[in-house]
This record gives sequence, C-alpha cells and structure tokens, in this order.
Amino acid sequence: MYPFNYHRPSSLADAVKLAGGDEAKIMAGGMTLLPTMKQRLAAPSDLVDLNALGLSGITIAGGKVTIGAMTRHADVAGSAELKKAIPALAELAGMIGDPMVRHRGTIGGSVANDDPAADYPSACLALGATIVTNTREMAADDFFVGLFETALQPGEIITKIIFPVPEKANYQKFRNPASRYAIVGVFVAKFAAGVRVAVTGAGSGGVFRQFDFEDALLKDFSAKAIEGIKQSADGLNSDIHADAAYRAHLIGVMARRAVEAAK
Amino acid sequence: MASVTLTVNGKSVTRDVDPRTLLVEFLRENMRLTGTHVGCDTTQCGCCTVHVNGEAMKSCTLLAVAVDGAVITTIEGLARGEDLHPMQAAFREHHGLQCGFCTPGMIMSAVDMVRRKGSDLDDKTIREELEGNICRCTGYHNIVKAIHYGAEAMGKMGTAAE
Repeated sequence: MYPFNYHRPSSLADAVKLAGGDEAKIMAGGMTLLPTMKQRLAAPSDLVDLNALGLSGITIAGGKVTIGAMTRHADVAGSAELKKAIPALAELAGMIGDPMVRHRGTIGGSVANDDPAADYPSACLALGATIVTNTREMAADDFFVGLFETALQPGEIITKIIFPVPEKANYQKFRNPASRYAIVGVFVAKFAAGVRVAVTGAGSGGVFRQFDFEDALLKDFSAKAIEGIKQSADGLNSDIHADAAYRAHLIGVMARRAVEAAK
Repeated sequence: MASVTLTVNGKSVTRDVDPRTLLVEFLRENMRLTGTHVGCDTTQCGCCTVHVNGEAMKSCTLLAVAVDGAVITTIEGLARGEDLHPMQAAFREHHGLQCGFCTPGMIMSAVDMVRRKGSDLDDKTIREELEGNICRCTGYHNIVKAIHYGAEAMGKMGTAAE
C-alpha cells in the first residue's frame, strides 16, 4: 500500500470537504477499496473514512424502505422488518461475500463502487430505488452509468437509499464459487404499475434492465411467459469463468427461477 | 503517524502507527500476537479472522486506525487460563486440523457462528457459514464435526454469548 493521509470526519460537511480533494478516496466498509490499495491499483493521497458519520439503520414507512448508506450487509440480511417488507433484499444481502465481509461491507459502498458483478446494483435498478446523496436524489436508472462508473460527482457522498416496497420480488444469483461474486444475478420485482428485471454480473457495461422480460412478465407474471424469449449474447462479458453465450443462457434461467420464487 | 487505542483480549493498548498499518499487522508485529495468521492477504482465506466489537472480521482487510477504540478478541484471548475455550477443545478432541495454519481463523469464525446461529448447528449451516474460511489440508470433514461439538459444548456451558 502506498502512504496516504487518513481522515475520519465526524460530520457529513467535513467529509464532503475532505473528499473533494483531487486524489482523495472515500472509504465506507473498505472491503473493495483496501484490497485495491494493497495491490497498488489505487493510491489515494487522502483516505476519508465514513465510519464516524452514523448514516446507518433501516426504516420502513409508507410503502418505502430507507437504508442508511453505512448499513452493513449483515444488518440488512438480519433485519426482521426488512424480511417482512422486501425479503428478496434481505436475502440478497445475505449472499454477499462471506460472514466476515458482511460484518464490515456497506450498502452505500457497494452501490458507489458499482462493481459490474456486485449484487446491490441489481436490487436498486429492479426496485426502482432512489439514491440520496449530500446534494441530490437520483433514480437508479440514472445512477448506474457503466463499469465502476456512477453519476456521483467527485466528493459527492451517498447518505441513504430508498426502496419502494414491491408486491413481490426475488433475486437469483449464479455465483462464482471462488469469489462469491455473481457470474449472473437477476433481480425481478413486480409492482402494481409494472415489472422490472435487472441483470448483474453479465453486462460489459455493468448492471442493466432486461426490457423484453419486463414486457412479457407484465402481461403474465410466470416463468413460462419468458421461456421463449432469447437473450442476446451481444454486449455480455466473456472471461475464464463463463463466455457470453453461457451468460446469456444463464440470464434466462436465473430470471425464470426468480419469477417462480418471487414473494 | 496516527495514534490507535484498542482493547485487545481485555487489555488496553495505545500505539503510534503509520495509517497504512493493517489490523493484522498491528496484532502480529506490534503486539506480537502471532496466533492470528496471514494466509492469502486478499480477504479470502479467513486465517486472519478476529472479533471486532464482538463480530468476526478479516483483520488483513481492516486498517488499525479505522477500528480505533474497538474491542478486539484474538485466538489468544479465548482460553481462560489453562482451560481451553470449548471450541478450541472440540478442535483438539475431534482432530479438526492437520497443519493448523487456518485453525485460529476457523475457531474465531466458529465462535462467531454460535453467537449468530445458536449452539444447535447442523452440517449444512456450518458448511455454509464457513464459506469465508479456507483449509487446504483436511477436506473440512473434521472441522465441521469439531464445530458441531464445540457449539454444543458452548451451549451447555452457557458461553454462546461469549
């Protein structure tokens, strides 16, 4: 690791100020950032640790679930209220990494990092979440821009994420057995107004919506309704774990499983 | 340099460290508590697992400065004098190790598992919950067995809450 100046601000205003520096990096749980720094792939001059800001906790009211950006995966996975409101979201959090990583990693960190194989971006996109920062609110559809790229400006800090409660939802993940990241993950959410399907792990541009599945599921919310829809392999990742054609196949399989398991 | 104060195995310790210092380096190199191992150094193997404010975490992926003020328990902090912790005793009794390198992390994870899941653990739960700990010798069979009996012993002794 290259040397850096460490900061642990106790107010959001101070954190924003510190994070605005040219070579500054924001650290939430650090479960991705620290390994990246250890490999010398990141070399921030200043590390701004958000762990003294609070910003954690889950509140459910008026058909919406609000999760503070610094809420740990273990706390999302274990929340009895969330398991009732959006069980798919609690289950998703319980599939991230391993128990030790879940004790430290945060939802805000995961969403801000926008790893193309991370789990949370699919939940944000499929549930139509609102990402709230120190300056504005953004729809998930506008937030995720590309590989490790979001609409966040330098120094902008996610404070909370608001999820509308769906009628039913489910997340199915085909895991890389070594890294636990999604080779393909599909989150399906059914609302009174429509159906949203988001795919992670597969797209070369990061998380994306599968509109053909959404249209078919709106007419008939059943696995059979999407059985005949071919997912194109164009724009999907090929790597040593799975090629694009295999990922395309998995998207259909995972989506059908998610529809069948949705509750 | 940054000042870090931790309570490690019940003792308060304050040191000035480079902000880059990982918690595992603080424990091993500064405090000479070498029971916490570094296997992969990439958050995968779990050999460096310690308890931070009662929760299992991987100390190779935590900055010591970032856990300033925390209560840390390492493998050296589990036994009571000459008496092994029930989970340590179970690993010895059921031969839950061969080379022993992963064992401190396995035991720290196992104790945390009992805190979260209770003392009546089936094999499926144990195997699932051990996904963050890698052993290259045993094939896990006796580790799973040891955790099963260790958890049961913790339940009987009322140590599940640590």
